[in-house]
Amino acid sequence: MSLIAELYIFVLAVLAGFQVIAKVPSILHTPLMSATNAIHGIILIGALAAAFAVHGTASLVIALLAVFFSSINLVGGFVVTDRILAMFRSEQEAGRSS
Amino acid sequence: MISATLFVLGVRFLGSPASARKGNRFLAIGMLVALATTVTFAPRYDHWVFVVLVVLAGSAIGIISARKVRMTAMPQMVALFNGLGGGAAALVAAAGWPGSTGAASGLALLTMILGSLSFGGSIIAFLKLQEWLHVAQRLAFGLRISGLLVLAAAVAGAIFMGTAPSPGLGGAIALMGAAAVSGALLTLPIGGADMPVVISLLNALTGLSAAATGFVLHNQLLIIAGTLVGASGTILTQQMSRAMHRSLTNVIWSGQAAAQQAG
Repeated sequence: MSLIAELYIFVLAVLAGFQVIAKVPSILHTPLMSATNAIHGIILIGALAAAFAVHGTASLVIALLAVFFSSINLVGGFVVTDRILAMFRSEQEAGRSS
Repeated sequence: MISATLFVLGVRFLGSPASARKGNRFLAIGMLVALATTVTFAPRYDHWVFVVLVVLAGSAIGIISARKVRMTAMPQMVALFNGLGGGAAALVAAAGWPGSTGAASGLALLTMILGSLSFGGSIIAFLKLQEWLHVAQRLAFGLRISGLLVLAAAVAGAIFMGTAPSPGLGGAIALMGAAAVSGALLTLPIGGADMPVVISLLNALTGLSAAATGFVLHNQLLIIAGTLVGASGTILTQQMSRAMHRSLTNVIWSGQAAAQQAG
């Protein structure tokens, strides 16, 4: 994978990120923040790759700590987002449709 | 490719209240696909016993803590998770840094700074929202200045490390420590009401450090997902501060003072 191709992906992802978020009602700011928080838990795949391949005890400890942190981030992030959104639904069903 | 599509679709669904929950499910599925792909195509599986154990432990803690926490404590939970993500990005970069050269080395150093900054800042955001930590307003100026000084020192250290002939792990750990401290110092003076905006900003920062890690590891999915979070997080941060009728710089640099005048 060349650097140019990677930069190409990077720019496209920036545009996609701007696009999808451009017009969002402000009540959804909190769940969106929570969801994007869960998405960057994807760093787990980086941590996994590092943990599978490192040499030396110190590097292994660091990589495993990264795996630990990112799995909490990833799993916890999705559960929290789901709970926030569940609260939304029940509020709306209760008739608070402001 | 599939998971990248699911990510974009998921965030899109999250944009309207009716489909938001479905969007979250999409994202989770996309994440599973991504993980499965990474594990399947990993070139080697050293230490896999440790890795599996640690993933299980982390997931369990994530589920339990996310389920147990009260609804009102959600923002600090997001802050805490975000900080862990940032810390993880920094640590991945640190683990891969010894032996890296050229652009990869520079990006790894950048990731260590950004990730640790987000880690330090998020932990403080968590502590302040949890009301375990109070800061006297008269200290704000000093805290900001020292935060900037530590950050400058960290950047200088990173430049020195980038040009040093034999990179070692000790320097990387020191660098991450300094960046985390500067993140903490810069976040300390910010008032509780402004915290969501700051968390969103730190969230975007973590996304960017994940993307930078993607460049280091040549992992396209990390680049896409990290950049998506970085870009959408930046826009979200701006929208949030606009919703408060304030500029972002105002929130970060004079947040509490302005809030006190208003109140």
